[in-house]
Amino acid sequence: MKLTLKVWRQKNAQDKGHFDTFKVEAHEHMSFLEMMDVLNESLIAEGKEPVAFEHDCREGICGTCNMVINGRPHGPMQGTTTCQIHMRHYNDGDTIVIEPWRAKAFPVIKDLVVDRTAFDRIIQSGGYISINTGQAQDANAIPIEKDTAARAMDAAECIGCGACVAACPNASAMLFTSAKVSHLALMPQGRVEHSRRVQAMIKQMDEEGFGMCSNVGACEAECPKEISIDNIARMNRSYVASVLASEKAV
Amino acid sequence: MGISIIINSFVQLQTNDLITVFMNWFFNFLTSSIGRKVIMSLTGIFLMLFLIVHLAGNLQLLIPDEGEKFNLYAKMMTTNPIIKVIAYGNYFFILLHAVQGILLWSKNRSARRTRYAVATGASSSFASRNMGWLGVVIFVFILVHMGQFWFKMKFGDLPSVNYGQYADGVKDLYTPVAYAFKQWYFVTFYVISMVVIAFHLNHGFQSAFQTLGLNHRKYTPTIKVVGSIYSILVPLGFAIIPIFFFFFR
Amino acid sequence: MTVQPDRNVSKDLKPQINLDDKVPEGALDEKWTKYRSTMNLVAPNNKRRIEIIVVGTGLAGASAAATLGELGYNVKAFTFHDSPRRAHSIAAQGGINAAKNYQNDGDSVYRLFYDTIKGGDYRSREANVHRLAEVSRNIIDQAVAQGVPFAREYGGLLANRSFGGVQVSRTFYARGQTGQQLLLGAYQSLSRQISLGNVTMYNRHEMLDLVVIKGKARGIITRNLLNGKIERHAAHCVVLATGGYGNVFYLSTNAMNSNVTAAWRAVRRGALMANPSFTQIHPTCIPQSGEYQSKLTLMSESLRNDGRVWVPKTKEDAIAIREGRKTALDIAEEDRDYYLERRYPAFGNLVPRDVASRAAKVECDKGHGIVPTGLGVFLDFASAIQRYGKSEAHSQGHHDPDPALVTRLGEGVIKEKYGNLFQMYEKISGENPYKMPMKIYPAVHYTMGGLWVDYNLETNVPGLFALGEANFSDHGANRLGASALMQGLADGYFVIPYTIGQFLSGEIRTPWISPDEPEFAEAENATRERLEKLMSIKGSQSVESFHRRLGKIIWEYCGMSRNAEGLQKAREMVRELREEFWRDVFIPGDLNDYNPEVEKAGRVADFLELGETMILDALDRDESCGGHFREEYQTEEGEALRRDKEFAYVAAWEWDSEEPQVHKEQLTFENVELKTRSYK
Repeated sequence: MKLTLKVWRQKNAQDKGHFDTFKVEAHEHMSFLEMMDVLNESLIAEGKEPVAFEHDCREGICGTCNMVINGRPHGPMQGTTTCQIHMRHYNDGDTIVIEPWRAKAFPVIKDLVVDRTAFDRIIQSGGYISINTGQAQDANAIPIEKDTAARAMDAAECIGCGACVAACPNASAMLFTSAKVSHLALMPQGRVEHSRRVQAMIKQMDEEGFGMCSNVGACEAECPKEISIDNIARMNRSYVASVLASEKAV
Repeated sequence: MGISIIINSFVQLQTNDLITVFMNWFFNFLTSSIGRKVIMSLTGIFLMLFLIVHLAGNLQLLIPDEGEKFNLYAKMMTTNPIIKVIAYGNYFFILLHAVQGILLWSKNRSARRTRYAVATGASSSFASRNMGWLGVVIFVFILVHMGQFWFKMKFGDLPSVNYGQYADGVKDLYTPVAYAFKQWYFVTFYVISMVVIAFHLNHGFQSAFQTLGLNHRKYTPTIKVVGSIYSILVPLGFAIIPIFFFFFR
Repeated sequence: MTVQPDRNVSKDLKPQINLDDKVPEGALDEKWTKYRSTMNLVAPNNKRRIEIIVVGTGLAGASAAATLGELGYNVKAFTFHDSPRRAHSIAAQGGINAAKNYQNDGDSVYRLFYDTIKGGDYRSREANVHRLAEVSRNIIDQAVAQGVPFAREYGGLLANRSFGGVQVSRTFYARGQTGQQLLLGAYQSLSRQISLGNVTMYNRHEMLDLVVIKGKARGIITRNLLNGKIERHAAHCVVLATGGYGNVFYLSTNAMNSNVTAAWRAVRRGALMANPSFTQIHPTCIPQSGEYQSKLTLMSESLRNDGRVWVPKTKEDAIAIREGRKTALDIAEEDRDYYLERRYPAFGNLVPRDVASRAAKVECDKGHGIVPTGLGVFLDFASAIQRYGKSEAHSQGHHDPDPALVTRLGEGVIKEKYGNLFQMYEKISGENPYKMPMKIYPAVHYTMGGLWVDYNLETNVPGLFALGEANFSDHGANRLGASALMQGLADGYFVIPYTIGQFLSGEIRTPWISPDEPEFAEAENATRERLEKLMSIKGSQSVESFHRRLGKIIWEYCGMSRNAEGLQKAREMVRELREEFWRDVFIPGDLNDYNPEVEKAGRVADFLELGETMILDALDRDESCGGHFREEYQTEEGEALRRDKEFAYVAAWEWDSEEPQVHKEQLTFENVELKTRSYK
């Protein structure tokens, strides 16, 4: 199939950026990123610089790939990362517009590559359980209700790709942050420092320059792991309770 | 010398206190992203309750008594001290809701400096994406609406009618209302505004619960249904009044 | 032969090759406990004065960096990813083994040890494997304490499942994302240490050289991938946890960026690469669909519990399917060859990975493959759907159910068990696996070989340690399912934090290493020259095209089965390709910029050297064992023929661009009896 690609090109964070248009010959069994490989190989063959895009596992779990395809983070399929989109979902002659995640907190590095270290800093601010190696008791010492563990897992499946931020009209990181807060809050092991954690993580999230949640729900709809905005409600509740009840100001 | 030290340290103490007051946890909370949202949510809930009361009062316009019940109600609303206090709270909450909304809106705009070239609304509702714009329209509506009726009632020179309860009668708000609602442009403006309010409420209702974290797998679906019903019935109730006046009075 | 810009360290500067395994004395089950209690320690005040570099932040690297940070060392951690959370450990699906015996089914440390040694076809070190089995239990405790949401039973206790090659249920899992959850646990611990200032994190930094000063590893040279800046980083010792080299095959289930560069740079500085030809081919992957294919996707081993593997009995049918004239459903039951069930009646479809993979290759080589490339077999769930459907119908009270109901109920059961895998298959292949059998083919998945390390996980270069898949330590010639996660975390959480003290206790008087030492300057210059040389070639072929060609050679001649003639030929081909690479590669863009092509070029250059070493290792080992199958050494039925007398050793390779040298560490087995594996 013959496709027209309009791809965002941007030298660095300071550059204004623009769209380049390419023609590419794709095969229906190709993955989206393999189609991008074909484009890049042809650019290299012409001695031109290939389109910079990030990718790694290509099986939908590492969270590296990030393209806004025709206005939708990770493209048109529900619960699917960019690397798992296949060209059979497109038709001969289609025009595809490819843009990077756009958010102040995710500055563009080059072309479609953005800097997502803000997410790392949010985790560093408190997205963990404070135990050292070797301090653990036996794994079966605390029973956890099967359903609760499953709900924790639902939240813990987040791959940190940032599609929630990309999809949100406010570029808010609430779904990402709340997924970690929820995962740890649901596990008895994580409940101990829950109050401190939720305050610290939200403080960091705010400092990173993400927008504020207005309950649009686009994050949930575009999340490749289909993480629920129930997690955001849980975090809101926890935060208010934590601020009102804790004796220490954070 | 000694006195100046005392004065200095006193001044310093005052400043420090001032800083702690302003920088304390409560201030931090209210300026955090979630804190701001909680303000939106709580003021929103108050305003939604107000709308119910307001609608109940206004529906008295439909009673065929030449406006007697309505005018008495209007008198009560402007003179009862408890209602006065609530009313000032109401004005304040409207302003707070609006100011906070503008702040949120501008902060959120700055969180994404470059827009996407392709905009799809595939993954969210129209209302949720446009609460800011809907809010602006509603604010304009409120200004017009208050200028038209509330201002006249409060400060304007309305003729009195006497129903017997009050020696010098009550202000006749009914007549200007009835007059306004005979003008097609006012009717259109009111009806469109109510549609806008319906959209705003439709997202706002469930959103308020989500923001407060009042979310539960069992109850949230019910909240959403109630929210939808509320957001349709209340604006519809308001919209019926001008339409009724236009066609049937 | 080729002129390469790398400076080969002259032989007399290299550290003495010393393959002392340093296994402590004593009974097998007491070695680790005793050793741990008597080894040298570094006092807390001294730990604060010591710096450690950890390269790689997957399971092994993140857990090591976090734990060393907790102990009070100054840790600098490096990853080429944008975040430590992206490491390919994240893609592990199945689970993690531990000898907890929670199921009361007779599991024990010894049994896990024995299964691992046997599964590895008796080519691993007893003491290391036993230690692995011992600490496996602590890993689960640790992970649960970190909040890893493992699957649970209704009673709230941990659930287990079983995996290939063993008879107990000892695998802990978190849906099909066990690797992800364990990695996130380690990543969170690492994040905590970063926030406490004990670990300094360097994202998007790729290690491009090892700095050895007076025979000890003292630092690394990195390239900042954002701006191309070459940087020096010094420390008292260096820990490599940089994963495996499966991408030498170009097509593998590894992530696109997985590479051998860090380990290979260490080899270029004198470390030894052990058993590089031991690579694991996983039998159930989605077949290649075209030349453009960039990677292969694994389907969990658990599918073979219910799926039956087959090809058409006749070539004509196979060709008809390949050409689209027939589908699997057109082939009558009696025209199907369920070759695993036929050849291995005792284990059937559940033979170990290496056996299943080779059998698929045999059928496809005979011309019975069922995908257009000829390289694919069916994995069929139809009979499982019928079986489950009937029993489900029965339990619902339908004693004479109609076939449609049986199929519907059966599909429901399959969906419950493998729903996410079926969904993934459908996403990639576009076919509905409930209706049509899956098409699968073996693919490279894991590399058992790696840097040679002793009991302390220290390479032959003092102060250089290797953890996880980057070392060769625990899996012998074949790894059992759910053991990679176990080994990575064992090394990082529970082994290196102790054993590194053996080296560092001798370094407490060593002041901070200065990056201004001449060795750093030399290494930095060498790195820069090498990169500039690569850029200056300005040839006509892309890096990717060389990588693809290398992969084809290695897969063809050093893949699922090997023979001396082919290997010799392949060696020449790889050397020629290397020469061509250094003559004709083209790298677009700028060196001092974000430029993935530069990164790839350096990695492929290293794969081109590793590839030759792999081939030599396969050539050297005149036997078949585990993942290494030499056609000359097979039984009459075509099974692997091990030669324990001659080849029970670890082959550790010293790089030399002319003639790599092998050093041998004899393996001694005092606690297990060497037996031939049989699955008939």
